[in-house]
Amino acid sequence: MNDEANNAVGDYQYGFHDPENATIRFDKGLSEQVVRDISNLKEEPEWMTEIRVKAYRHFVSRPMPDWGNCSMLESIKFDDVTYFLRSSKETANDWDDVPEDIKNTFNRLGIPEAEQKWLGGVTAQYESEAVYHSVREDLEEQGVIFLDMDSGLKEYPELVKQYFCSVIPYADNKFSALNTAVWSGGSFIYVPKGVHVEMPVQAYFRINAKNMGQFERTLIIADEGSSINYVEGCTAPTYSTDSLHSAVVELIAMEGAKIRYSTVQNWSANVYNLVTKRGIAHKNAVVEWVDGNIGSKLTMKYPSVILKGEGAHAEIISVAYAGAGQHQDAGAKVHHLAPNTTSNILSKSISKNGGRSSYRGLLKVNPKAHGCRSKVVCDALMLDADSRSDTYPTMEVSNSSADLEHEASVSKISGDQLFYLMSRGFSEEEAMGLIVNGFFEPFTRELPMEYAVELNKLLELEMEGAIG
Amino acid sequence: MSEVILNIKNLHVSVEGTKIIKGVDLTIKSGEIHAIMGRNGAGKSTLAHVLMGHPAYEITQGEIQYRGKPIEEYEVFERARAGMFLSFQYPASIPGVQVGNFLKKSVNNVRNEKVKARDFRKELNAAMEKLDMDKGFLSRYVNDGFSGGEKKRLEILQMMLLKPTLALLDETDSGLDIDALRLVAKGITETAEETGFLVITHYQRLLELIKPDFVHAMIDGKFVKSGGPELALKLEDQGYDWLEA
Repeated sequence: MNDEANNAVGDYQYGFHDPENATIRFDKGLSEQVVRDISNLKEEPEWMTEIRVKAYRHFVSRPMPDWGNCSMLESIKFDDVTYFLRSSKETANDWDDVPEDIKNTFNRLGIPEAEQKWLGGVTAQYESEAVYHSVREDLEEQGVIFLDMDSGLKEYPELVKQYFCSVIPYADNKFSALNTAVWSGGSFIYVPKGVHVEMPVQAYFRINAKNMGQFERTLIIADEGSSINYVEGCTAPTYSTDSLHSAVVELIAMEGAKIRYSTVQNWSANVYNLVTKRGIAHKNAVVEWVDGNIGSKLTMKYPSVILKGEGAHAEIISVAYAGAGQHQDAGAKVHHLAPNTTSNILSKSISKNGGRSSYRGLLKVNPKAHGCRSKVVCDALMLDADSRSDTYPTMEVSNSSADLEHEASVSKISGDQLFYLMSRGFSEEEAMGLIVNGFFEPFTRELPMEYAVELNKLLELEMEGAIG
Repeated sequence: MSEVILNIKNLHVSVEGTKIIKGVDLTIKSGEIHAIMGRNGAGKSTLAHVLMGHPAYEITQGEIQYRGKPIEEYEVFERARAGMFLSFQYPASIPGVQVGNFLKKSVNNVRNEKVKARDFRKELNAAMEKLDMDKGFLSRYVNDGFSGGEKKRLEILQMMLLKPTLALLDETDSGLDIDALRLVAKGITETAEETGFLVITHYQRLLELIKPDFVHAMIDGKFVKSGGPELALKLEDQGYDWLEA
């Protein structure tokens, strides 16, 4: 290793040979050499190194987006970010450094201590390894490949090479370029033809830190006629000292396949959460995004579906909660490329204490896509006059046979609702919590039970102290 | 001797500077049913809302005592937890909140304890059967898309489960057909023997079914005449003109 690389590797302690137990931390900041070093450390094939480098060059030359919350975007300090930090035993933070309010929330949500430490970034690995392994064994029996992305690349390089960047090219946007340059962790899943993964694949994420990295990269391929229900993230607050989270998720649903991808992110209030998520649905395939944004300082995320094959369907249900100092710029994009494709978009947002939530949507119908149907519903709930909600829907329709509906509403909690609930013994805060939970219900009911319960509780906690 | 639940002395109430209630005195003991009759705008609903603590109403004079204590300082939910209940003329809808969940939480709030799921279920089933309500009700959203009759039935169901010390019924009978009216009356008689009732209505027909102990005629923010059930009959028959001097 040359000197430069040595400098970049910095305070590495245990050596490279056993990456599972190693602590490898790069200094802050990014250069082409850092990108190459990351790839070398992981002993990646040449083609991956090349993609990373190309992506890095694109990232550097690509200007910041000139839309969205530009002033917040401009305040990202790329030189202050650590781009590579991997270990299993490394304690990233001291428990004392985890903010008090987050600890309180853990306690009030009733999260076990071990998991609290993991969510607080204090331990890198949550203890229930056994659960993870049994889940994996069940899946392996069905021929499902379920690995972290790094292992996926090692064990199935051809499959990864075929699909990596096939849905989201590195040059798609500045942050997909950044992710492609420095990605680490994330999941790699391949579901063979006709296999249905019945249980939601979720336990994994609460227990394996590899997948909650800053720049995780996920690739899910559902082969013909198969299905998978994947759940990522955490409703509980996730504390990160790193202020930039930029993931890329690519989904490929082959003919007749179905992929559902559910996320709830609740990053701490210092995090910029800039994520690119896109799926391709081939003939009669279904891609569903269930996407919740509760935390972070700024989130920009627009789960997308490309309806490439005839009869394909997209379903995008998202919620956003913007509190003080937060901007949730979220939405959905659907491209109807083939005839008789259908899509449903439901977006619900809540703004409180000066928070801002924006819906940004794109609906595109190609000239050759006859007989398409799409319904878009955007509902915003404003909890006070200081908060803000905007809607930026774009429709580009080049086929006159398309059947499109768009509904948007902005509402407040009415005095009648509060009085009614208070007359049933709910305090004002409890009443608001109930109304807010009800508002998100069309989203919450799509989540696995424990996530739904936790999300409801979390929103109730958020409503406390909401009353001036 | 039965307890005095509600004692209103010389009550005056304004809404945004307009005087609505202009001197009402009323005492309700446990187990008594009081009916208030009067034209629209007489101040009947205002009385019910101010008793429950609606923030838009200002007490400018007089006092309300509930179980021997002045309640002006109590918030709406504290009154509910102390055993007061208001059946709304126009109940608000709460989209996304299922009736079953809402009822359970309300019962927990008001009884100030976590009722066991099985016990609650039993109570709920019995009450719903009495009100001829379908189980499907429980998974619907509170008052969301309900017909007028369904809303009123849900109000009465809540009353039966919450077993209030003082129940205020604001035109619960309006817009109901005779079958629904019978169920409402059944709900009132089944709620609890000790419950004191204040029933606001335009019509005699509910009073035929529940037999009030006292009837008060309200005109322009005052009780102008009080009597027994015979007063209700006379009001229905002759209207209110004879009371206006």
